[in-house]
Amino acid sequence: MDALTRRVLKTQEPVPTGGMEKVRRFFRFYGVQILLFLFVVYVLFALSRLGISPKRISEGFTQGKVFLSRLFPPDFITRWDDIRHDMLESLEIAVVASIIGILLSLPLGLLGARNLMPSVVTWPVRLFISLARAFNPIIIGIIFVKAVGFGPLAGLLTLSVASVGFIGKLFIEAVEEISMKQVEAVRASGASFLSVIRFGVLPQVSARFIGFGMYQFDSNLRNSTTLGIVGAGGIGGTLFAAYQRFDYRIVCAIVLLIIGLIILDEYVSERVRRVFQ
Amino acid sequence: MSENLAKEWKNHVGPKRALKTVFYAIIIAALVVSLRNIEIIPEFLKDTPEQLMDLFRRMWPIDVKFLWGFVAPSILETIHIATLGTIATLIITFPLAVLGSKNIVRNEGIRYVMKFIFVASRSVNSLIWALFYVAVFGPGPVAGVMAIMSRSIGFVGKLLSEAIEESSRNQIEAVISVGAPPVSVFLKGFWPQIRPSFLSIALLRWDINIRETAVLGIVGAGGIGLLLESAIDVFHWPGVAAILLSIFVVVLLAEFLVTNLRKKVI
Repeated sequence: MDALTRRVLKTQEPVPTGGMEKVRRFFRFYGVQILLFLFVVYVLFALSRLGISPKRISEGFTQGKVFLSRLFPPDFITRWDDIRHDMLESLEIAVVASIIGILLSLPLGLLGARNLMPSVVTWPVRLFISLARAFNPIIIGIIFVKAVGFGPLAGLLTLSVASVGFIGKLFIEAVEEISMKQVEAVRASGASFLSVIRFGVLPQVSARFIGFGMYQFDSNLRNSTTLGIVGAGGIGGTLFAAYQRFDYRIVCAIVLLIIGLIILDEYVSERVRRVFQ
Repeated sequence: MSENLAKEWKNHVGPKRALKTVFYAIIIAALVVSLRNIEIIPEFLKDTPEQLMDLFRRMWPIDVKFLWGFVAPSILETIHIATLGTIATLIITFPLAVLGSKNIVRNEGIRYVMKFIFVASRSVNSLIWALFYVAVFGPGPVAGVMAIMSRSIGFVGKLLSEAIEESSRNQIEAVISVGAPPVSVFLKGFWPQIRPSFLSIALLRWDINIRETAVLGIVGAGGIGLLLESAIDVFHWPGVAAILLSIFVVVLLAEFLVTNLRKKVI
């Protein structure tokens, strides 16, 4: 509560007499300030736990200068064949995973929508989707690398799961927002369940699907550039190998290529979105 | 109504429809090419469910002692890193976002520089940022905070400058017309309009940062990821299960907190 409101209320409200009421009024007046104060205390505590000291920061900056000078000029040539192969692999993983994600989200989204299905069905589906979304792709990647071995297959499975987590959630929300009038109209004509889905539900949500898909592709592309760090295929593997060999000029070249790829992708997806609007 | 129908009719005829067909064709071509190039070993794929089940069987029962002794402090460190990283982001990004807004800065050059900073920051995954900062600051949570910050600047900057650009002229002109200096114009004209989006962007990013911080430890930047990596390296699967469970719980709690706080601030 801000000072002005407080002053106005103090003149208008009767002064509380009981002890409990006084405490309640205090919290109502100063609740936000108390929370803010606690938050500041927490931040200071967190800062003290991380061992950040001016000395360490200044050492970091000297180190940073050395590091930067070793990054440049970027070296595209030495490992060009590896880089080209792995960049394409990242792109391919993103494409396939996005499509698998969309295809899997379609039935899962319908099964998870509470306005279409009983809660016995929606509950496990929603749990699966939120599990898929809760973990960072890197963590899912580690598990799949253990399960299927190193290589792009692990990355592909990882990003498919991540895509289901995200598109599935958006799709469920989209299905739950549809107007039931159309669904009832189709049902009233004696249509089977599949026809109700096909003619009553899908036409209302299909327009948003491309948007979800493009969005997820952007995200998958970004993630597929790092999954290689845990061995799940793509450019991240080459990047991490170069980093561990202290070949910082190659690291720099790869990062610049990744930035270029993402900027290109943002431009393209902007264009695609305009076509589908 | 008839106007609307006409518009919709036009939308589906002509070049747009052709473009859509081209788009679908490209998607299918990309899928075919990708599937042919990615080396998928069928035996491995067929084996996946069995391997996953085996993995989950080894994870049970969860190592409770490990949970309290090692996982809890590590999870707390993860939360610290995410929070400090978000706060550092907000402090640095606010002026950048102001400089990047069309209705405040008329100079196109400055705006393009800001836009470039935002795009570059967003394009590099936080794990790659963490690699850089581990090389600079050494392994530890400081590198994590810096990585989270570097990655968030682009996200917050883009959304925040969009929010500033959407603020209505009327209030601002009213403040200017009474002769307020630029600082007051900002505080009384812009700030009340962008405050709800500022707070909800901050909360949203904090939520994302909690998820991202959980893996930064894999490259040595502090938090629970470090523990996860070492537990996997020694095949301590019940411990891995404890870590995964605690990450899941923290992520759910963060999401719950953010959803409720956002309702309050909007």
